[in-house]
Amino acid sequence: MGAQVEVAGLCIAARRASGAEADIVHDVSFSAAAGEVVALIGESGSGKTTTALALLGYARPGCRIRAGRIHVGGTDVRALRPADMPGFRGRRVSYIAQSAAAAFNPAHTLMQQVTEGAIIRGLSPRAAHIKAVGLFHSLALPDPDRIGRRYPHQVSGGQLQRVMAAMALMTDPELVVLDEPTTALDVTTQVEVLRAFRAAVRERGATAVYVSHDLAVVAQMADQIVVLRGGRVQEIGATARILSAPENPYTQSLLDAAPSIHTPPTAAKPPKPAPPVLEADALAASYGGPVGVPVLREIGLRLLPGAVLGVIGESGSGKSTLARVLTGLLPAHGGTVRLSGTVLPPAAADRTADQLRQMQIVFQMADTALNPAHSVGRLLARPLTFYHRMGGAARERRVAELLDMVRLPANLATRRPAELSGGQKQRVNLARALAADPALLICDEVTSALDTVVAAAVLDLLAELRRELGLAMVFISHDLATVRSIADDVMIMYAGRAVQYGSRAALARGPIHPYADLLAASVPELRTGWLDGLPPATEGTSPGAARVVANESCAFFDRCPVRLPGLCDTTPTPTQTLSTGATIRCTQPEAELLRLGSAITSAKATSAQPVT
Amino acid sequence: MSDTALRPARFRYGAVLPGWIGLAVVVFWLAVALLAPIIAPHPAGAILRVGTLAPASAAAPFGTDFLGRDMLSRVIYGARYTVGLSLLAAICASAIGSVLGILAAVRGGWTDGVLSRTSDALISLPHLMFALVIVAALGSSLPVLVGLVAFSYIPGAFRIARSLAANVNAMDFIQVARARGEGTPYIVLHEILPNILLPVLTDFGLRFVFSVLLLSGLSFLGLGVQPPNADLGALVRENIEGIYDAAPAVIVPAIAIATLTIAVNLAIDGLLGRSRLTD
Amino acid sequence: MLQLIARRLGHTALTLLAMSLAVFIGTNLLPGDVADALLGQAATPEATAALRTALHLNESAPLRYLHWLAGLMTGDFGQSLASHISVAQLIGSRLGNSLLLAGLTAALSIPVSLALGITAAVWRGTLFDRITAIGTIAAVSVPDFLVATVAVILFAVELQWFPALSTPRIASIPELFSSFTLPVLTLSLAVVAQMSRMTRAALVGILDSSYVEMARLKGLRPGRIVLRHALPNAAGPIANAAALSLSSLLGGVIIVEVVFNYPGLAKLMVDAVSTRDMPLIQACAMLFCLGYMVLVLLADICSIATNPRLRPA
Repeated sequence: MGAQVEVAGLCIAARRASGAEADIVHDVSFSAAAGEVVALIGESGSGKTTTALALLGYARPGCRIRAGRIHVGGTDVRALRPADMPGFRGRRVSYIAQSAAAAFNPAHTLMQQVTEGAIIRGLSPRAAHIKAVGLFHSLALPDPDRIGRRYPHQVSGGQLQRVMAAMALMTDPELVVLDEPTTALDVTTQVEVLRAFRAAVRERGATAVYVSHDLAVVAQMADQIVVLRGGRVQEIGATARILSAPENPYTQSLLDAAPSIHTPPTAAKPPKPAPPVLEADALAASYGGPVGVPVLREIGLRLLPGAVLGVIGESGSGKSTLARVLTGLLPAHGGTVRLSGTVLPPAAADRTADQLRQMQIVFQMADTALNPAHSVGRLLARPLTFYHRMGGAARERRVAELLDMVRLPANLATRRPAELSGGQKQRVNLARALAADPALLICDEVTSALDTVVAAAVLDLLAELRRELGLAMVFISHDLATVRSIADDVMIMYAGRAVQYGSRAALARGPIHPYADLLAASVPELRTGWLDGLPPATEGTSPGAARVVANESCAFFDRCPVRLPGLCDTTPTPTQTLSTGATIRCTQPEAELLRLGSAITSAKATSAQPVT
Repeated sequence: MSDTALRPARFRYGAVLPGWIGLAVVVFWLAVALLAPIIAPHPAGAILRVGTLAPASAAAPFGTDFLGRDMLSRVIYGARYTVGLSLLAAICASAIGSVLGILAAVRGGWTDGVLSRTSDALISLPHLMFALVIVAALGSSLPVLVGLVAFSYIPGAFRIARSLAANVNAMDFIQVARARGEGTPYIVLHEILPNILLPVLTDFGLRFVFSVLLLSGLSFLGLGVQPPNADLGALVRENIEGIYDAAPAVIVPAIAIATLTIAVNLAIDGLLGRSRLTD
Repeated sequence: MLQLIARRLGHTALTLLAMSLAVFIGTNLLPGDVADALLGQAATPEATAALRTALHLNESAPLRYLHWLAGLMTGDFGQSLASHISVAQLIGSRLGNSLLLAGLTAALSIPVSLALGITAAVWRGTLFDRITAIGTIAAVSVPDFLVATVAVILFAVELQWFPALSTPRIASIPELFSSFTLPVLTLSLAVVAQMSRMTRAALVGILDSSYVEMARLKGLRPGRIVLRHALPNAAGPIANAAALSLSSLLGGVIIVEVVFNYPGLAKLMVDAVSTRDMPLIQACAMLFCLGYMVLVLLADICSIATNPRLRPA
């Protein structure tokens, strides 16, 4: 049975590089009744993980629990001595970490690690083994009887996350702390893991503290939400109340910024008919030369001036490779890229400066995309010198203009990237691309590493720049909602191929590719009960890596709810043009796909009702 | 809490102070090497009338050597050889190794393959043994000494520079520069070099220490700097018979080497941070 | 995994081949003629010519290299130019002594440095760690010959605990102790300093990892965390550190054998260098390279064996 949790006046101090101590968690109080799930929600730096770890009586190196009460099931956690820890931490309270890949010891098998905690507390190895296999079963892990023999590197991320849950549940803890357990996962995997977690927690009646930055995920898991910002509690309330009637302006801004696939897209003038700025035809690329591992196959696209093409895919789908191939960083070994009608050489090194200037790339991680040794002014000045031979006062003026364009103060020019916030860095990153005066921007997951509110602001900026400068964009993202809010056309990639390519309207109306449907259905919605309303996963499917396809058959076959065994997996998959003008790569006829009841179209009905 | 209690606060000033002391001693030895003819009380070869292997006295503060020469002057000139030759060798090793290392990281492919494999093979040669072979073949002269010491440490410098540059080269801002159309010289000089300069300098300091050790080791074996000239290692060797009376002629040059190498290490650890180099 | 080890073996063989080439080129750099150098100015042209033929000096360099290499493979290292005894014989009489010295040093220094490195890593930031750090820096910065000299002054001359010269007497334990204490301690100092630093560095990175934090959060006791969760992952890097440090032993052995006048392989080589006894130098150099490569190979095998990623699934 779960324990009652009570935290009052918690203050956690961290030692800065200067040696001075400062609080990073200020006077945090909340409580959870036995069997309740409480979510700690906040953006990076909100102190949510630090607070959650304190429930285990743990502070990261350099941090110290300075003041406050932490009671778990009647035990005063702060009064525990090191000798008491093994009886408490990992026994009565257990922890599920964000990155299972890093949190498992590479040197031991999964079974050794899952059973370790129970065995040192007196369970016989045999009993522990049986119990672990039972947990693997209930967490819906594939091959539960034997998966324990594997090493961490032999198991996929989503599976590893569930094995970690098994490890946490082995000692029947009263309290489970889940720290962003699905953040590193693809959306389609996230759904499965969330389902497994919730069932496991409910079954045992354990109390849980769920740490996340994602309101939509939390809405599925928590009874109560604690909103944190800068180490302070902003608002506490029942989940439904927080979602429908937030009292705190910060909570409101979080809700507003949360992308949704039902948000009406930003109004943009439809691009005028003109010769396309970018065309690609039958692009193919692989790592390690033409005979290496193929990562991109038969990609074709067409982008009008001022238009936005959204590219969606999960990790490993080849979407970032597409960006590298278009810009010539990874030369294609087949197909052509045309810029304003001119065929570009495959490698960037062979393209002219003007061709390079017209197509600019913006990377996901502003941290690594800006040279830490250069000032912002120097970062922005270089493309001006390089492409426009600008110098002196003219260049300085232009740098100030660019900073203004991305809504940054001009005095930032003297700073170095390390002194900027994540959002500011991404704006500098954008400004550098704009310095070239490009016709086309390739944005590779530019908002993925940012907090929700900051990401929303950057998206607004992009939409604005597009309107003002008439920029065309290839917008690459793993997030369907984000892509739909900004793109005119959408390409959905799976295992290196485009499975669906068409207008946003075609995607919204359907029929759509079964993978697009799964993807749309997997995006958590900002309302309670969304997860419960989902149809169960396709029999016999396991979310995992795409199938390696030797022939031209469908890579999505193993996960497809409407697959035709003997046909889809053996014969080359045709590309068909639907009545909506979209092309999809699927064997099923259009009528059949329409009958499927796509998640997007069916979800529309529910979204019409007020969000509860 | 228990976990923080496991790790008490670090000794902040304790970590920096030895660094400054080290730096001061390094500067001292550099000054001695540079100003040797001015500060030495006697010419290196002058014989005093206080006898051989004499203990410290007013006339000869560090005593005399096995021929009756003033040890203070011998050590000052010896430091000039040790510091000068090692510095030259370390500069050559670091400069050549770093340039090749960065080149290998940036160019990749074929260039990297050849350079890395060669360096892997050369780095396996035990340095002192390799030095013995070369001295046996070519005899011992100052250019040979500098050359062989430099050659011994090029592979190490190469490996460090290559791994540092490869880390930077994998960053997105290098991709941005390539996508912009920048050439290799710009990428190396403006994008990579500023980000690896500090650790490369740290490595240079270590190469200098290694050079001092190898050079004085060779001289101690009688295969380094040849008489009548002597570096600090040779001074220990030529006065080794004084060991049985613990004559200052053996002890002083030995202490001189130790202070120099320990000081460089302390300066590196305290001020530059060696941790950046652990690859 | 076996395949990987086989590949390492092949790699070792290739490196040795490259080293043999380097040693051969190194010893043939000298412009001029070994025969002239050997016989001195009084040599008659006939004598020189005879010697040249005996030494294969009339052959082209590549051919001489192949001759020499073939000799190495079959254990024929040629004749010493200085003493006219076969090189194999000279080496045979000394090899055992050097191996004994190196073996005793390894037996002492490996456990000591592992203990020191692990303790320093676990107690990172404590006074113990700082003192070890400064001590080991000092020890790696000081030349071997200095340590040896100071040891002689202190323990042999002043205190007279041990003899200043070492001869390998192993008949009884006291004899073994008296003749080896000083050289072994001298050698161990540098090896321990280097190896414990590298052990500490390898372990510190692992103690910072997420899976060690996870082990803490599972409520495991500190001893179990280090032994079961940190050390297995550090085994590979530590083995590498050990191999690298023991290779610095090679340099140390040369100095120590000279200072203590110990009849080992290194002393033989240094003497050979002063008489420019090329065949002897070449053979000694190759033996040192071989010893070093064997150490590196053992370390590689150790890190392959402890890494589950390299085991068959």
